[in-house]
Parts: sequence; structure tokens; C-alpha cells
Amino acid sequence: MVDTKTLVEKGSKTQEKKTPGAVGLLERGAFDQLFQVLQAQGYTIVGPTVREGVILYDELESPDELPIGWTDEQEAGTYRMQKREDEALFGYTVGPHSWKRFLFPPKHRLFRATRGKDGFDIEEDKYDGPNYAFLGVRACELQAMAIQDNVFLGGDHVDPHYRSRRESALIIAVNCGKAGQTCFCSSMGSGPKAGTGFDLALTELISKDGHAFLLEVGSKKGNKIFKKLPIEKAGKKEQKAADAVVAEAEAQMGRQLDTEGLKDLLYRNYQNPHWEEVAEKCLSCANCTMVCPTCFCSTVEEMTDLSGDHAERWRRWDSCFTMDFTYIHGGSVRQSTRARYRQWMTHKLATWFDQFGTSGCVGCGRCITWCPVGIDLTEEARALRASDQGELQTGMQAEA
Amino acid sequence: MGFKRNPKLAVWKFASCDGCQLSLLDCEDELLDVVGAVDIAYFPEASREYVKGPYDVSLVEGSITTAHDIKRIKRIRKESKFLITIGACATSGGIQALKNYKNVEDFISIVYARPDYIDTLDTSTPIGDHIPVDFELRGCPINKMQLVEVISAFVFGRKPNVPHHSVCLECKLKGNPCVMVAHGTPCMGPITHAGCDALCTAYNRGCFGCYGPMETPNTSSLSRRWQEHLNVSSDDLVRAFRGFNTYAEAFRKESEAHDRPRQEV
Repeated sequence: MVDTKTLVEKGSKTQEKKTPGAVGLLERGAFDQLFQVLQAQGYTIVGPTVREGVILYDELESPDELPIGWTDEQEAGTYRMQKREDEALFGYTVGPHSWKRFLFPPKHRLFRATRGKDGFDIEEDKYDGPNYAFLGVRACELQAMAIQDNVFLGGDHVDPHYRSRRESALIIAVNCGKAGQTCFCSSMGSGPKAGTGFDLALTELISKDGHAFLLEVGSKKGNKIFKKLPIEKAGKKEQKAADAVVAEAEAQMGRQLDTEGLKDLLYRNYQNPHWEEVAEKCLSCANCTMVCPTCFCSTVEEMTDLSGDHAERWRRWDSCFTMDFTYIHGGSVRQSTRARYRQWMTHKLATWFDQFGTSGCVGCGRCITWCPVGIDLTEEARALRASDQGELQTGMQAEA
Repeated sequence: MGFKRNPKLAVWKFASCDGCQLSLLDCEDELLDVVGAVDIAYFPEASREYVKGPYDVSLVEGSITTAHDIKRIKRIRKESKFLITIGACATSGGIQALKNYKNVEDFISIVYARPDYIDTLDTSTPIGDHIPVDFELRGCPINKMQLVEVISAFVFGRKPNVPHHSVCLECKLKGNPCVMVAHGTPCMGPITHAGCDALCTAYNRGCFGCYGPMETPNTSSLSRRWQEHLNVSSDDLVRAFRGFNTYAEAFRKESEAHDRPRQEV
């Protein structure tokens, strides 16, 4: 886990230091009250809902909009929703959206400029949107948020747009009771149980005895919500049941990534011919980077209107798979798909350590599921390991 | 501003349906701004007025299908400082480039009562095959907001903000789930040039490739996926690549790879 404490010390209040929290039981019948309490405190709830045959994140008015009784089956390049045998609210894994859509929006305006008497008047855009309560944040997604916190809030240059969204958000985590075929959070040490970085965490307990949620408080903000709910005492039995839920997810993990020496492996295999094989398949369509919860690259676009009196500057998600991404005078640096895929994977799993001190991958499996041709990051890492040439390959700049 | 006076704009039509140049009239909210920023010197769809050249900027719609077209486009090039081709016909030859795969004489004898009246080339080709083009705006039809962007960029002497990446990128910016992954719908989005703002996928349809190939189209990988996982036949692959941008090189080659001569029955 990224140490969020250091971020707090740097002046960001994104996450309060974790205090050992209270634990209690919320009955399914009283779950509506969680919505009411959040809404009464002025939060706009964002959570999972069924749209266009997938479970994605959107603003919710009531728990009826949750994907009740639904789950998903995922494989490399395919995603299908399935009916569950129970009425679970959180019985799915992760869908095509991630919370970065709300914290680091796909497109947003940075400023407007209007021609005045002496040059341009600049009007900066400040976040005046809702305070979000994110409901249903998975352990891998908490890790992804911590990674993006490090990118946007760590260091000397704090991103004010990310910061204002992040600071106002309330995080309600849900421990996974199911792992998908493309999940590998346990390899990345990020799940399936939420460890830190949440205000409240739920574990959904369904048995013949009933349907309830074990609630765990992760912060003062979370405690404020907790106190307003009709919480019943949770004993060892409930705690044990919650542990069993997570253990089941752990046992279902569909993919594995051997991280042992992975960074060095990637560093010494720049010239491995295997990259050429991936490139034959890779569409350089950018889907993997769009669905990745940690990919943070953006580009800045300027627009003018036809009068020439108004201009706007917008930021939008960009991807290392486009040609413009490395365009400098004379052309793009990474011309080949081979060079672009290698850059993405090497950044995610190796250079991220040097840049930010952690891996850039949380094992959510989105890049595997949502690749239209089913390229599997864990499979590529395995193939590279199998064809490891053992010593440092140099001259990566020579070809692109 | 790049101009002391309003630049003179002309709109030219070759073999096409007029849909792209109508995008200019379709601007509605922006139309008055466009008319305020440029002087429309020649645009028969909109006005009978005809101001002689030279022109600061020419928008050219349509493909080259006759010997007369070739002469005409060369003259227009000479009269235009800046020449922008708009739409699939002008940038790739259009749907009419389907004739490039066949013997045109066969069509002419079947379709026309007096084939001897018809004077046409064997092929439909993009404008850029005949003259140097300063900017190509893709689409069937073009996106009117992109057209306004290109005109604005031209007026102020800056680079148009028209990205060449895949439709997928703008599809994901919008938040659409991938129709290929989630529904098993064949979609050309991953190999298609952006610009439509992911119109079809927003309505759960696969992309038809109206904007032609993206900057680095891996058509063979997409075809393989369609065949192996989505049960798309070779015939359907040929049809998919022989759409509005059939003669764009990447699409043409991929269609030819799946187009096996059929046995005569």
C-alpha cells in the first residue's frame, strides 16, 4: 500500500490516518438508511448500477439501483453479466469504469480566456461539483486511488483539480466475496480485503440465516455516518463469516502475476523478440489505458472560437498508445506498436517503482477483460520470463 | 489573427452526396460566426453568388471519377492557397470506390440505357491522389464541430485539434462500455479514426468505420478476433472493410485478404 500518511503530512487531507475502527452489523432491511444518512449529509452517492449490459459506476438515488442479484463473468476480451442465485448487492467484481472517472474526469476545462483591452483575462475553473460518496470501492481500487494520490498529490506539484475532488469524497469500500477470472489482486498485494484508505468498509454476509453487512469504520468521517445507522453488535460469528467471504474471493483468483524480480526482468528484456508477437495482436486502440484505474496521462487542448475573442484550455485523458503522445519535432518517438506496448507494460510494472516507489498495477484485471483482442498482461509477463535472455539488452533507443 | 481581411472561402463538389458540404449549413448555432469569420466566395449549395478566385481556402468534397474532374481539381488547386478535403469521398474515394474492384464496363452496360453517354474513369480515387492537399478531414459525413474547428484553426493560423487515434479513445472518454467485449458485437472502433464522438457505440451498435483507418490500424488482428471469437465469416469481413472508406489503403488490403474468388455455380 502507498503510505497515505506521508501525503497527509505534505498538506493533503485526502485520507485521515486510520484509527482502529468500530465494527457493527447493518441488516439488509436497514441498508436504505445508509443512503438516507449519506444524502442528509449532502453527499451525492456514486455506485455500481446496471447499464448497457455491464455493471458500471454512476450517480445513484436509491439502493434499488444497485446491481441486485447480478454478477459478471469475465475472461480476456469478454465480459458478460449473469444472474446470481441470491439477492446480493455487491456480488460482482469490477466493471469497465473506475473511480478515476470522478476524481480525474475524462475531460475538464482548466480555464477560459477572454480578450480584453490589454491582452487576455483568464478565468480559472475551480471544482464546484458535488461531494461524492463512492459506494462499493474494491480493495484493488483503494490501492489505485492511493497510487493516483501519489501521482497527483505527492511531490512538489499538487494537482488542484484532483485534490479538490479527492478531499471532498467519502470512500465506502466493499470487501470482495468473489474474484473474477481476470482478477489478480492477491499477486499485487492489493486485495481482496480492504486494508486502509477507506472511511467505511462493508462485507456482505448472505446465508440462510439472513442478509446483512459487517461495517468497519476507517476514519472519523466514516464514524460520523456509522453512528447515525441502526447498527447491531457484531460478534465473533459475524467476523468469522466476513473472513470466510474474503477467503472465498482469494481462492477464486483467476489470474496470477509472478512479481519476483519482475522489474529487473523487464529492464533487461527491452530487445526480447516477444514484444514483436504482442505487437502483432495489439490494436494500439488505447482501451487498456482508458480502463486502467492508475493510468494518469492526459493531454491539454486549446480551443478558440471563430471570433478570436474567447479561448479555452481543456485537459483530457490521453494514452501512451497514440502517436501524438510522443510527438516531438520531426515525428513520434515510439513509432511501432511494439515500442508502445513495451512502454506501457514496462512503465506499469517496472519504471513506476523508480518514479513513484510502487508498482503501477493493482491486479484489477480490467486491461485483460477490456482488451478487444484479449491481450493478457499476466500472460505477457509469463512469456517474457520464459524467454528471458538473462542479461541487459541495450540499444532500446535505436529502434522504435 | 492570421488575416487582415476575412479570408475568402470556396466550397467545391466532386463525386459525392453533398452531405459533407451540407454540414457547413448544418452548423446552425455556429453558422453566423463562420460567415462572420470568412467571406464565402463560392458555395453553390448556399448561394448563387460567385466570386472569382484566387481563394484563401477551398473545401473540397467528393472523389475523382472522370477525366474532367482531374482537370478541374488541378485548376482549383492553382486558385487555392489552402486546400482542405472533407469527407470519406474526398479523402479515400468514398463508397463509389467499390467500382475499383470490378470491371466498370460491366456496370455501365447493365445500368444505363445508353452506355455511350457515360464517360467515366475505371476508378474512384481520393483528391490527394491527384493534387497536394493541405489537410484532410475524415468522416462520412464529417463532424460539423470538427469542420468549425478546422476553419477556426485556419483563420487563426494554428494547428487543427483533430486527433488521429482510434474511436475507442473517444468512446471510453464518453464512458461507453465496449460493445465488442460486453456484447460480442463486431466493432471497427479499434482500427477506425476518431472524430464521430463514438456515435454508434453510444447506441450499442458496432462502429462502421465511417472515418476510415486510424493512424496505426492493426486490421489483421481485429479480423482474426472477429473470425475466431465472434463467428464473423470471410464474406462479412469483406463487407465490413468495403464500406465508405473501402479504398483507404489499410481497409482495401484487409478486404482483399479475405476476398477469395468464388466458384461459379
